[in-house]
Amino acid sequence: MTVITAPLVRRMFRAEGLLRARELGIVVAIVVVFVATTINNHAFADAHSVQQLLTGASLIALLAVGETLVIVTRNVDLSVGSVVGLSAYVVGDVFVKHPHTPAFVGFVIGTLIGAVVGVINGLITTIARVPSLVVTLASLYIVRGIDARIVNGKRIDPVNVPRPFTEVGYKTVLGIPWLAVIVALVVLIVGYAMRTFRSARDLYAIGSNPEAAALAGVPAGRRIVSAFTISGALAGFGGALFLAEFATVDATGGTGYELSVIAAVVVGGVAIFGGSGTVFGAALGALLLNTINQALVASRISSFWNQAVAGALLLAAIAFDRWVGLRVARRMQTAEGAHRDV
Amino acid sequence: MSDTQTAPPAVSAVDAPHRELPWRSALRWESGLVIVLIATLIFAGTQSSDFFTQSTMFYIGLNMGEIAIMALPLTLIVMTGEIDLSVASMLGLAGTIMGYLFEHHWNIYLAMAAALVVGAVGGALNGALITRLGLPSIAVTIGTLTLFRGLAEVILGNSTVGGYPLSLTKIGVVPIQGTQISYSVAIFLGLAVICAIVLHATPLGRSIFAIGLQSEAAHFAGIRVGRIKFWLYVLSGVLCALAGILFTLKNASARFDAGTGLELNVVAIVLLGGVSIFGGRGSIVGVVLSVVIVGCLQQALTQMHVDAQVQNIVLGGLLLVSVIVPNGGEAIRRIRARTRRRVPA
Amino acid sequence: MPAVHELAEPRLVLEQATKSFGSVRALVDGSVTLYPGEVHALLGENGAGKSTLVKILAGVHQADSGRLLLGGEPVSFTGPAESRAAGVSIIYQEPTLFPDLTVAENIFVGRQPRKSGRRIDQGQMRRAAAEAFARLGVELDPGRPARGLSVADQQIVEIAKAISFNANVIVMDEPTAALTTVEVARLFDVTRALRSHGAAVLFISHRLEEVFAICQRVTVMRDGKFVRTAPIDELTVDDIIRAMVGRDLDELFPKSESSPAEVALQVSRLSRAGVFDDVSFSVRRGEIVALAGLVGAGRSEVARAAFGIDRRDAGEVHVDGKALPNGSPRAAMAAGVAFVPEDRRQQGLVMDMSIDHNVALPSLSRLRKGGLIRRSAERRLANDWAGRLQLRYGRMSSAVSTLSGGNQQKVVLAKWLARKPSVLIIDEPTRGIDVSTKAEVHRLLDRLVADGVAVLMISSELPEVLGMADRVLVLREGKLVAELSRAEATEDSIMRAATGQAAGVAS
Repeated sequence: MTVITAPLVRRMFRAEGLLRARELGIVVAIVVVFVATTINNHAFADAHSVQQLLTGASLIALLAVGETLVIVTRNVDLSVGSVVGLSAYVVGDVFVKHPHTPAFVGFVIGTLIGAVVGVINGLITTIARVPSLVVTLASLYIVRGIDARIVNGKRIDPVNVPRPFTEVGYKTVLGIPWLAVIVALVVLIVGYAMRTFRSARDLYAIGSNPEAAALAGVPAGRRIVSAFTISGALAGFGGALFLAEFATVDATGGTGYELSVIAAVVVGGVAIFGGSGTVFGAALGALLLNTINQALVASRISSFWNQAVAGALLLAAIAFDRWVGLRVARRMQTAEGAHRDV
Repeated sequence: MSDTQTAPPAVSAVDAPHRELPWRSALRWESGLVIVLIATLIFAGTQSSDFFTQSTMFYIGLNMGEIAIMALPLTLIVMTGEIDLSVASMLGLAGTIMGYLFEHHWNIYLAMAAALVVGAVGGALNGALITRLGLPSIAVTIGTLTLFRGLAEVILGNSTVGGYPLSLTKIGVVPIQGTQISYSVAIFLGLAVICAIVLHATPLGRSIFAIGLQSEAAHFAGIRVGRIKFWLYVLSGVLCALAGILFTLKNASARFDAGTGLELNVVAIVLLGGVSIFGGRGSIVGVVLSVVIVGCLQQALTQMHVDAQVQNIVLGGLLLVSVIVPNGGEAIRRIRARTRRRVPA
Repeated sequence: MPAVHELAEPRLVLEQATKSFGSVRALVDGSVTLYPGEVHALLGENGAGKSTLVKILAGVHQADSGRLLLGGEPVSFTGPAESRAAGVSIIYQEPTLFPDLTVAENIFVGRQPRKSGRRIDQGQMRRAAAEAFARLGVELDPGRPARGLSVADQQIVEIAKAISFNANVIVMDEPTAALTTVEVARLFDVTRALRSHGAAVLFISHRLEEVFAICQRVTVMRDGKFVRTAPIDELTVDDIIRAMVGRDLDELFPKSESSPAEVALQVSRLSRAGVFDDVSFSVRRGEIVALAGLVGAGRSEVARAAFGIDRRDAGEVHVDGKALPNGSPRAAMAAGVAFVPEDRRQQGLVMDMSIDHNVALPSLSRLRKGGLIRRSAERRLANDWAGRLQLRYGRMSSAVSTLSGGNQQKVVLAKWLARKPSVLIIDEPTRGIDVSTKAEVHRLLDRLVADGVAVLMISSELPEVLGMADRVLVLREGKLVAELSRAEATEDSIMRAATGQAAGVAS
């Protein structure tokens, strides 16, 4: 038996395995939190509660996928929250003005809006050589402002949103919410693509060593614009999902999401300097953070503790990743040192 | 492959376009800002009849005071190549602490002192994680941003605390006797003068420039890079706590979510002030001008009944233009060079 | 292996290439002819034009004039990608790999083999990488991440990459600089494998014993010009040195007599895990002690630990009898130690800062009055030292990045000498500097020791070591293996101690 499983386990822990040790660690953490909370409060494992766990994490997980692509290239996208808000309202507005619009068109419109913002972010970052922190900070403001202008004090209410659209937000298939299924599909597709397509591997090269990437002829500009476009598109799609889930949108939709997304990504093992990390990890990071939030509520620890715990967890994750990195480096150094005496 | 001993700067400096001396680029930027300020004043004067009235300056100061105070230590931190996104959360936490203690019958001044101590401790946490453990400042301060805000929420929950002595809350209602300057602005200006002197005329300030431009060389010259960065974070914590105290007294109420989202405003103002995100460049004068410009602009737009959120477009646009324009000439040159190369010889 | 070059066509010919950067003429007559199946050494001092020549072959620079022929056809590369596609691969001294990607991905970045649906074929990629390693005769796991690979292994990966590009001209730029003897031997085996596959190898190195061990032909350059080329059997070490230097060694560094006084710097049992171990020595006032050894022996690391840049794991450092705390450059500076580092641009100077600010940087606390910097005192200090060192500059307020290498080094020296140190540690004092400034620096060091300063000098240029040092300490792989007096120190004795071998490296 071990003859078969040992190589399997070894494959899993190598860089190319389905999940690296880091992602498995998050899975373990989720399981631990889940089990511990259920022991305390059996209702935590109820169907409804588990569905809550999944839906609550879906939106952030989706945004985390796009953010991962951007962070891997040593950039950052702070505009995702504003894009969610803008997209959610505009799609809702379309339904208000044209009530017979098919549901999927709503999703397409949302995605396109996000993609446009993403392309602009990417182009300014690469052509004008402005640091992405600054560019996406500016677009965070500008998009939020445009959103407020369009909203103009109005609001989208559930009555405005056609049923087929909102069904995506609450219906389940085999007990699993549609929302979670859609996001999981996106995670799987993008995750697979990140490992099997040259252009995706280029993203890792750019983040790992930009000078070497330039020397190797990797088209950094084009790749980075693509990364931002996808991040924006996913945020736009997320805006449509936001509308489907909550069916209520005003000028504040999506505010502050960007920081939760970055937290999820970092907890998920994506290095903030780029070059490593997977969308699986990022999505799992979002799931872990939401699970902890719900766990606190279920354990009747007041929800006021949510943020504090999330903050502490984030710091712990960063410190842990750094500690592991140092251990590996030190082991290499002393191994080399021993080697020198030969 | 060697592992870095400390984390790289907050923003990768691969394409850092460093051509000019720090002071020369600062001077150019400040001149640009002066022009923008004049344009803003003209715009404000023509678009809003109320702008050039007595109390406008007071209201601008009232709105900008705390943000301006937070911008000063952030300027120094960004100049060393790091960042601090936890500023607004510390503002909230400090205000919360002060309110909580006051509610539990602490002397108001002791409560304020306690809030400042909390600020120092929070700043020390940031500093230790970043300099001792070598963790990236952008990630750490996103973590502490959440942590501080979370602690504030734990302490105060959904309640608010009021009832502060009128002699203190008057800072939110009246300016300093005989002037139109709000108390917070006065404090800001005093601190700005001190920061300017330190940054531009003391060995510490020169060290800050050196750390931002080339921290390795600074280390080799005997500058204690880690220690300086650590104390800058402590300073940030203390000054943000001060801002939190002022904010609470101004509003005569302490709530856990005070100042949520302001950190991005502060960062935007610092960047607009000519401080390079890569470190090593910037001036206090530029940041002061930036504060004035943003304050006037927001006041004018508010008087024109433009929604607060919509005003964000202007802030974002200003920020974008301010960073694109210097790089613009270079970018055009690069594009032209690339297309020229493609043409066969 | 029998020389086949007389019969074969040259693979690459560079004829009389010139290249100038502004007013600096880096290459005046760059010429070299590479034959397949042959390892060709390119020798010359720093500043001889070797790296410019390599960059022209790499396509990074375009020559201002001259011809480049590949396989008989004239070519002109407009970029590195073109030269690589034409079969020319450069293995740089500092390999640039992607730490987060696997070894196989590093080799095939941007051109990974694909299967159906444009998906990367991981299995094929790994097989191709393993094949390349097999051809080189080495074993490396293609699936492991590149992070943590030793410099030697990184080089092997780069060479495998070159093979995967079907390179038939491979340039190795100082490949053995950071390798241990075992790794050098492995690299030589790999180089022989490349030879047997018909590649033309251009080997750039300062280590003459390696050149004699692995190369069949030698080209020497001096001051940007081609000087001489000949098969290795027709040359002696003296012939080569004379061609490189242009004069006999003794004339180069006229050094005055010194009379060393009391011990100023005492290093006892200094150790840093994996870097160096149990190093002890002393430097007296009025003497120059050189730390010699191959690059990678740990010389700079010892100096840095002594100054406090790096923390030491064991041992002590005493200056004028007083112990220095661990890891504090400030304490060392306060005790009178100055440190001129190896890397001028990253460690020695703040490139974007002005000349006067750089000169004043370590002395700011002394230029203070009431907490503020006295600008007039600062300017006076900078002007004073600029004059003493005959610095050539435009304006004091210009950034140091506008100065030439030699003048930049003078700024570094000025900055430290302004502190009137009693101990000067200087790492590669004349690297990347033109010949006349070199002489100025040497004269300066001479004057310093005459004034009673204790100087610890690290240098990879043996002529410099032999000319300047009163005593030579040789480090090998982190251990102090020899101490030679001025009389005992010869190229031969130093190299033998540095390589740890009795009679030269066996072929």
